[in-house]
Amino acid sequence: MSTVEERVKKIVCEQLGVKESEVQNTSSFVEDLGADSLDTVELVMALEEEFETEIPDEEAEKLTSVQDAIDYIVAHT
Amino acid sequence: MAKRRVVITGMGMLSPLGNDVDSSWEGIQAGRSGIAEIDRFDTTGYSTRIGGGIKNLDMEPYLSTKDARKLDAFIHYGLIAAQQAVDASGLDGYTDLDKERVGVAIGSGIGGLEYIEKNVITMEKSGPRKVSPFFVPASVINMISGNVAIRFGYQGPNISIVTACTTGTHNIGYAARTIAYGDADVMLAGGSEMATTRSSIAAFSAARALSNRNDEPEKASRPWDRGRDGFVLSDGAGVLVLEELEHAKRRGAQIHGEVIGFGMSDDAFHITSPPKNGEGAARSMNNAIRDAGLKAGDIDYINAHGTSTQVGDLAEVSAVKSVFADHAYKLSVSSTKSMTGHLLGAAGAVEAIFSVLAIRDGVLPPTINLDDPDDGCDLDFVPGKSRNADVRVALSNSFGFGGTNGTLIFRRYED
Repeated sequence: MSTVEERVKKIVCEQLGVKESEVQNTSSFVEDLGADSLDTVELVMALEEEFETEIPDEEAEKLTSVQDAIDYIVAHT
Repeated sequence: MAKRRVVITGMGMLSPLGNDVDSSWEGIQAGRSGIAEIDRFDTTGYSTRIGGGIKNLDMEPYLSTKDARKLDAFIHYGLIAAQQAVDASGLDGYTDLDKERVGVAIGSGIGGLEYIEKNVITMEKSGPRKVSPFFVPASVINMISGNVAIRFGYQGPNISIVTACTTGTHNIGYAARTIAYGDADVMLAGGSEMATTRSSIAAFSAARALSNRNDEPEKASRPWDRGRDGFVLSDGAGVLVLEELEHAKRRGAQIHGEVIGFGMSDDAFHITSPPKNGEGAARSMNNAIRDAGLKAGDIDYINAHGTSTQVGDLAEVSAVKSVFADHAYKLSVSSTKSMTGHLLGAAGAVEAIFSVLAIRDGVLPPTINLDDPDDGCDLDFVPGKSRNADVRVALSNSFGFGGTNGTLIFRRYED
């Protein structure tokens, strides 16, 4: 079974069309990985599906980096 | 103000006959049908199971997987045809290009129906929070012109005219006028469609518009033939680079032909059927001929709307006879839809391209499957095989639901 970190990074790669080597824990979705506001909405939806959870909009807005997403998932699943 | 002259300096196309202009035109000249069984969805339970889908399309050279996912297929097709047209025109290499003077007018009859279907199903199954944030920008029709502008940086007029099956023709006519009037020097114009989806086939079937000749897909589109039983729904896109003549000459562009006339009208009669005498179609042709400053006798070739429906085919023949009188029996009329099927909003665009190529190459495209012409269908429909002929002026018709008609006239470019 993959770790949360691996699964989050895999989804980030799929959704944002970036290579695994480009994705660091510190990477910001918008600043570093070229996402726009719609991309980030879709990314959150993909994370919800992968981890079978619901991320409320006010929480989703705070997830701006790979590490933010990992931390949120670890804390809430 | 004198009208500025508008010429064609680039063309791009995806059609059921091929994924570029050359292969599609080669298919037309060979009299090949692009119609086949639909494989995009499970057609079990459908009365119509055939269509003219795009085959073996490699999007990789044009669009990344990530970008493609955010756009409906009708936008993929339009973007690819636009890229081909721009590449062919050499515009990208013209360093003096003023992008504020370059515009886009590409429409679609239906738009992003497949994307809409997918998201509505997701919403029904999983709730509103699962609807894609790209739902709207992926599916609304003017996003084709918007995406083309973004890709090439063209900052001039940007519009998508939506008039069902007349969409392509209206966008080209409007774009030509935009240049003639002085609002732009270059326009990318045409139409794009990906409407062979499950709801669309079901809907056109319910309207009894489609051929049910499922066992012989290649023979299903048979304009003016007694055995015709409706049109065949097809996908694809056509985009032309229209350019002001002096602008084209200045950069040494290859000129494929000239847009000299555009006419419009409405039947004001019925939502889906034309009047039997085709008077709305006749008005559209007359308006285009007047706009071009020609006489009816100047037209050599008509690329007909000719969809292979009972009423529509006869109405168009009546219209041609009323506009051209004796000359109707001297000119040639053919329906390339006998080979491509009906590309709805892209039809007028691919047919404009075939009309220009007929002039450029001196070839009359055939009407295939015309084995037994219906009563009154006694014009030269170029049956079965393409023919070499000197084509100086070609006219292209499109007629759409709502009774909307459009006609374009093209002429061989001469100084």
